[in-house]
Amino acid sequence: MTKVTMTVNGRAVSGEVEGRTLLSTFLREGLGLTGTHVGCDTSQCGACVVHVDGKAVKSCTVFASDVAGAAVTTIEGMANPDGSLGRVQQAFQDHHGLQCGFCTPGMVMSAAALLAENPKPSEADVRHYLEGNICRCTGYHNIVKAVLAASGQDVSGVAAE
Amino acid sequence: MYAFDFEKPKTVAEAVSALAREDAMALGGGQTLIPSLKQRLAAPSALVSLTGIAEMRGVCTGDDGALCIGGATPHAVVAAEAAGKYPALAALAGNIGDPAVRNRGTIGGSLANNDPAADYPAAVLASGATIVTNTRRIAADDFFEGLFTTALEPGEIIVEVRFPIPARAAYAKFQQPASRFALTGVFVAKTAGGVRVAVTGASENGVFRWSEAEKALSASFSADAIAGLSVPADGMVGDLHGTPAYRANLVKVMTQRAVSAA
Ligand SMILES: Cc1cc2nc3c(=O)[nH]c(=O)nc-3n(C[C@H](O)[C@H](O)[C@H](O)COP(=O)(O)OP(=O)(O)OC[C@H]3O[C@@H](n4cnc5c(N)ncnc54)[C@H](O)[C@@H]3O)c2cc1C
Ligand code: FES
Ligand code: FES
Repeated sequence: MTKVTMTVNGRAVSGEVEGRTLLSTFLREGLGLTGTHVGCDTSQCGACVVHVDGKAVKSCTVFASDVAGAAVTTIEGMANPDGSLGRVQQAFQDHHGLQCGFCTPGMVMSAAALLAENPKPSEADVRHYLEGNICRCTGYHNIVKAVLAASGQDVSGVAAE
Repeated sequence: MYAFDFEKPKTVAEAVSALAREDAMALGGGQTLIPSLKQRLAAPSALVSLTGIAEMRGVCTGDDGALCIGGATPHAVVAAEAAGKYPALAALAGNIGDPAVRNRGTIGGSLANNDPAADYPAAVLASGATIVTNTRRIAADDFFEGLFTTALEPGEIIVEVRFPIPARAAYAKFQQPASRFALTGVFVAKTAGGVRVAVTGASENGVFRWSEAEKALSASFSADAIAGLSVPADGMVGDLHGTPAYRANLVKVMTQRAVSAA
C-alpha cells in the first residue's frame, strides 16, 4: 500500500491505495463519494466519468496512483455552495434528462466538460460529445435538451421526438 | 486484477530501467491495458506509467518540418494541437472513441497495441511516419507485424512519432457504431514521392497498404482513378458486423471517399 494525495472537489484528501486501486474505487470506497457510479467497469458506459484537472475521464479506467496530485471533481462537487443543484444538474431536472438516474452523474460530468470547452454547442456537438455515455432509460433526447438548456440556449423548439 | 507495483518515472531513462524488471509493463493511458488487466489477461509485476514523463508529452515541429508527437500524448491533445499543421491527422485523433478515452488514451499505446481496427496505424503507415523508441528509429513499413504485433522489443518504449507532412491527405472511417472502432478506415496521403494508401479494420493481418490503388492514384489523384479496381475478399475479417466481401468493398469505397476529401 502507498499513500496518495489529491484534491477532490476542492478539498485535499489522502488515503492508502494498492497499485491496482482504481480512481472509482478510491472515490467510492476510500472517500465515500458514491455519487460516481460504476456501470460496466469496462470503460464503455461513462457512468463513472469525473474530471481530472478539468478533463473528463472514466474513473473506472485510471489508477488512483496515476492521478496523485491532480484536482478531481466528482458529481458531489457540481452543486452550488449553498447545496442547491448546479446549472447542469438543474437543467437535467427541468427537462427530464433522467429516469432511473444511474447514468446521470456521468452525463452531468461529461456535459459540464463539453460546456467548458464549447459554451454554445449545437445539438450535433452535444450528441457527438456524449457518445461515450450510455443511458438505458431516456432515449437521450431530453438529455440533449437539458445540456442545450444548461448552455443558455432556447430549447423551446427542441422536441422530444 | 492481480496485484502489481505502480511506478511513475519522470524521465525516459528512469522508465527504461523500471521496465527492465521481469514482467514489468508500460502503462500509457490505460484505455486498453486496464480492461485487459481486469480480465486477468496479463499479470505484470509492475506497471510503469509513462504519463508523467514531460519529454514524451506534446506536439512540436522538428527541424526537418516533420510533426513530432510525444509517445505519451493523449488523442485529445493531438486533435487540438495538430489541427493547424496536419488537419487529417488531427481529425482522426478527434474521432477516436469518445472524449474520455481521448483524454487518457495515447498515440504510443495505440501503436504498441496495434489493434487491427485502431485508427492511428492507418495514419502512421500512410504518412510513412517514423516511430522513435528509446533505442532506435523504426520506419512505419517495418513497424506493424500483424494482429496486435509490432517490431517493438520487450521493454522498448515509443518515445515519439514523427510525421512528414503530405501535400494532401484525408482519413475516411466507416465506424462500427457500438465500439466506435473502424469497421474499415482508409488513410490516403499524397506526397512528392507518390500516393500511399493504408487500410485498417478490414484485414485479418491488421493494417496494410493497398499498393494497386497507390499506383493508380499516383498517376491520377481522383476517386475515378480506382473505380475499376477491386479488393479480393480473401483474408478480410468476417464477423457479425460484416462479411469479408462487405469489408473488401468498403476498402474501395472508403479509399474513394478519402481521396475526394483530401
Ligand atoms: C470505449 C473505447 C473506445 C475506443 N475507440 C477507439 C477507436 O475508435 N479507435 C482507436 O484507434 N482506438 C480506440 N480505443 C482504444 C484507445 O485509443 C486506446 O487509448 C489505445 O488503443 C491504447 O492507448 P493507451 O495509451 O490507453 O495504452 P494502454 O492501454 O496504456 O497500453 C496498451 C499497450 O501499449 C503498451 N504501451 C503503452 N504506451 C506505450 C509506449 N509509449 N511505448 C511502448 N508501449 C506502450 C502497454 O504496455 C500496453 O501493452 C477505444 C478505447 C475505448 C476504451
Ligand atoms: S463504469 Fe466506467 S465506463 Fe462504465
Ligand atoms: S436515466 Fe436510467 S440509465 Fe440513464
